[in-house]
Amino acid sequence: MQLVQASGLVKTFSRLRAVDGVSLEVSRGEVVGFLGPNGAGKSTTMKMLTGFLEPDAGTASIAGHDVFADPIAARRHLGYLPEGAPAYGDMTVADFLAFVGRMRGLSNAVLGERLAEMVERVNLAAVWNRPIDALSKGFKRRVGIAQALIHDPEVLILDEPTDGLDPNQKHDMRELISAIAPGKAIVISTHILEEVEAICSRVVIIAEGKVVADATPAALLDAAAVDGQRPTLETVFRSITGSKAA
Amino acid sequence: MKTSFRTIALVFGREFRAYFATPLAAVFLLVFLALSAGLAFFAGGFFERGQADLGPFFAWHPWLFLILMPAIGMRLWADERRSGVIELLMTLPVRAHEVVIGKFLAGWAFTAVALVLTMSFWLVTLYLGSPDNGIVVASYIGSFLMAGAFLAISACISAMTKNQVIAFILAAIVSFLLVMSGTNLVLAALRGWAPAFVVDLVQSLSFITNFDRLTRGVLEAPAVILFLSTIVLALWINVQVVDAKKAA
Ligand SMILES: Nc1ncnc2c1ncn2[C@@H]1O[C@H](COP(=O)(O)OP(=O)(O)O)[C@@H](O)[C@H]1O
Ligand SMILES: [Mg+2]
Repeated sequence: MQLVQASGLVKTFSRLRAVDGVSLEVSRGEVVGFLGPNGAGKSTTMKMLTGFLEPDAGTASIAGHDVFADPIAARRHLGYLPEGAPAYGDMTVADFLAFVGRMRGLSNAVLGERLAEMVERVNLAAVWNRPIDALSKGFKRRVGIAQALIHDPEVLILDEPTDGLDPNQKHDMRELISAIAPGKAIVISTHILEEVEAICSRVVIIAEGKVVADATPAALLDAAAVDGQRPTLETVFRSITGSKAA
Repeated sequence: MKTSFRTIALVFGREFRAYFATPLAAVFLLVFLALSAGLAFFAGGFFERGQADLGPFFAWHPWLFLILMPAIGMRLWADERRSGVIELLMTLPVRAHEVVIGKFLAGWAFTAVALVLTMSFWLVTLYLGSPDNGIVVASYIGSFLMAGAFLAISACISAMTKNQVIAFILAAIVSFLLVMSGTNLVLAALRGWAPAFVVDLVQSLSFITNFDRLTRGVLEAPAVILFLSTIVLALWINVQVVDAKKAA
């Protein structure tokens, strides 16, 4: 069974077709880099995968549960970092993560363990009792990740998890994602290419709402090779999505 | 309809605490106390009447609430949409109606705190004379129910926008119409041309008329039913709005 399965997703905003027939399958153990220029439709696709936005056409399921027919079951298996890592700014990190954990049905005993693990893994000890409003961008993003991981879900959908982080923080975030990857299906949207080469086992590139490439990073580079010389991923990305990209 | 009371309680707890996360709650409670006391004492002739009763205090509540309830309700949903937290909240394994009810109850409980604080006025009248405590209790219940109706309308309108100010203004306008529908001004204007049953209907929906009945000390079923059914209807629309926004 594919942990993430989407077929023919379409979303139109007034006249703009933001997502135009996107299909995607992700199985356990895969980390899929969801690439595309700004405005390509990455966030809109993710909103439909998570059931937040209803598609005009197409279906999506998480861990075998249709996100619209059986939303509660689908969401139990899902951790989601929305674009911009939104959180309740008036709550402390500890209170916010406990709130999300409880809303996800964790018992107090399990919640305690999970919170302890999040402090450790996502490195939140320094800000644990601070209000989220007072945190730096890097810490906010980490709180967003911790929130998505609190129930140890099988499926993770992360919308630009490293956006706005400095190089060290980006490195830490990639390490974290690689460390939790085994046993999960992960989709990460980004427009940062070195990210993809560092952690993704597969690349899906979309442009203007359509999937234009779906392959391993190596296969993508091999296919574009000239005289046995692999181009950079950036060159491939630019040639596939048009010069406005990257 | 499957309902998790645990989810409702969790949302309630978060939202209720959120009211006190900023000094705004204290400001609000003070303004409410000052206004309701000031209006009753100075504009309501509390002293001149020479009677130990809280009538002048309660008489202002429809007018106070039509501003204060939109202020309490405006952030409930608009802020979630502005900050994007709604995306996180509505992808948790929870149902829209659980969140709607939890948020409403938090705002209503905050209102209850404000009303309980005004009970100090009751103590003053008890000291000054012997008010009819039955009437006071009925008035408080009526006031709480009417506040709930205004709040449910405000929460529902808050779900339609990401702008708190717009939510506040729209909710205040709708509340104003509901209050005004019982005044002679509106009824006289209607009587000129509308059929009698329309006039009766408008009057029977009036928050003022129904609240007045309750403050006379009888917990009349029609008034209680009007406020409760307004709450239920507004919250039902609130759920529909939250669900419909998925498609937009
Ligand atoms: N709620 C919305 N209403 C109208 N247009 C939208 C809305 N959300 C996204 N769009 C448009 O859809 C397109 C795709 O947006 P998005 O999915 O956010 O792209 P990406 O995440 O790849 O940058 C953009 O042109 C964007 O302006
Ligand atoms: Mg985006």
